[in-house]
Amino acid sequence: MNDSVITPEIRKIADQICSNYPVKRAAALPVMRLIQERYGAISAEAELEIAEYFNLPPVDIRELMTFYTLFYSKPKGKCHIQICRTLSCALRGSEAFIHYLETKLGIQAGQTTPDNQFSLDYVECLGACEIAPMAQINKEFVGPLTKEKLMQVLKQNYVGITD
Amino acid sequence: MEKLISRFFDLPSSLSAYKKEGGYDVAKRALEMKPAEIEEEVKRSNLRGLGGAGFGCGIKWSFVPRNTGKPIYLVVNADEGEPGTFKDKYILTHVPHLLLEGIIIASWAVGIHKAYIYIRGEYELPYLRLKSALDEAYQNGLLGKRILGSSFDLDVVIHRGAGAYICGEETGLLESLEGKKGFPRLKPPFPAVVGLFGCPTVINNVETLSYLPFIVNRGGEWFAKLGTEKNGGMRLFSVSGHVKNPGVYELPMGITLREIIYHHTGGIRGGKKLKAVVPGGLSAAILTESELDVKMDFDSLKAVGSMGGSGGVIVMDETTSMVDALRITMQFYAHESCGQCTPCREGTGWIYRILGRIVRGKGRLEDLNQMLDIGNYLGGTTICALADGAQMAFLSYLKKFRGEFEQFIRDGVPKETYAHA
Repeated sequence: MNDSVITPEIRKIADQICSNYPVKRAAALPVMRLIQERYGAISAEAELEIAEYFNLPPVDIRELMTFYTLFYSKPKGKCHIQICRTLSCALRGSEAFIHYLETKLGIQAGQTTPDNQFSLDYVECLGACEIAPMAQINKEFVGPLTKEKLMQVLKQNYVGITD
Repeated sequence: MEKLISRFFDLPSSLSAYKKEGGYDVAKRALEMKPAEIEEEVKRSNLRGLGGAGFGCGIKWSFVPRNTGKPIYLVVNADEGEPGTFKDKYILTHVPHLLLEGIIIASWAVGIHKAYIYIRGEYELPYLRLKSALDEAYQNGLLGKRILGSSFDLDVVIHRGAGAYICGEETGLLESLEGKKGFPRLKPPFPAVVGLFGCPTVINNVETLSYLPFIVNRGGEWFAKLGTEKNGGMRLFSVSGHVKNPGVYELPMGITLREIIYHHTGGIRGGKKLKAVVPGGLSAAILTESELDVKMDFDSLKAVGSMGGSGGVIVMDETTSMVDALRITMQFYAHESCGQCTPCREGTGWIYRILGRIVRGKGRLEDLNQMLDIGNYLGGTTICALADGAQMAFLSYLKKFRGEFEQFIRDGVPKETYAHA
């Protein structure tokens, strides 16, 4: 197989990760994270290469892809907004912010804008209830959310947007 | 009141700052003690597992066979996923070296040379801080070969999760750490005997381990006295919801729920009245005004039909719709059920969908008994405790607020609920 996803450089890092465990498969999640970090997603081809790397049937990697919420088969938009919908955030009005963003961006939770600028998702408790209502925007935890704060994020990523 | 762990939350997270406070002195002394002495001290301290189960830490260690010829592993549960809980994030972010010092002490006590820290995948800053602390520790001979000038070797690996509540359940975590989906394992065998990679394994929560340096330093008896009869010390309460000042509060186990809410977190915002409180993470049974004088230790909360759990306190004021709060709660379990056991996979989803129908104004009075029927099958019928937690929460809402559910179904959707604002 032509290893186009796991380049020699990625393979070297992956081998290093594997050396932390007595069983190679234990490195599956970290190696998948590494590949997703590089490519923004784990494509079907990448799944096959990962399976081959670990000497596992492809279905085992597909199973990890679908079980864990942090693995994506398609890249998310440049700005990925994930709003927490669990109780502490809901009590402080998280639902209103999803509706606000859906209106502003013209997409539903779970979707990406056609220009790939924004993805919007609902998530379960992220462990930041002290700043509820909160969102994870790319890697950062942001809260308490206000419409002004969200508008600022939108404007930073998309010039055409208006209040 | 003296603060232990939380005293460090305002200090820099670096090794030099930690050392200035006497950091790693206790680990150095611990390495000169006999491992059995440390285990005894921890037993005396009544330190309970602060991840949620509340199992005695020292007793847990004593279940680990030391002579199987296999390595013993320490797995640090930093998956913090119980809704309403965010205290481990504070330790990882603000005082990662305290956790590492606790890991050294636990490892020496049980004879462990390899520890894995399983940290939830969404925690970015906590991971970066922990990683940087780990690098500092290796560079300064605090981890690796012959640590702290002793003959003891200890390696620590950080393992990042990938988004799954179930991986906070200890055997689901082990499966995930082995590179599989996080399906909890049938017990026995317990992880103490057959755990990670088939070897004896200690699984401890971040906060539990972080109290060890204090216990070894000042003695088990001192720690025990800070708490109630069988619940040693203090713990970190994560308080959120409709309180004035949400945050992490380190308080003695014997504090009452009323004191936490009205004395420490400034009471209910806007001077509103309290309607209900989740006392120990989303899976705990909710309590009402008349129950606020309960002590917040594991045994007292159990006695009133709830649980201490993860110490996550979620406060709901009088404007809260209990119908919608339960819908949101059950949505969580329906989403996070791993799907292995039928009563959980199907039951959480059924209840959630019926509640969705009720919230949309299409409920029927017989839905309540229908849900109770499903709910009664959630407990004790599954491999892990996810369904038990879902059941405890679910039944408490219906028991304590059945009238509100009936009214909601009869009169339709009230306008004044947070979800419809």
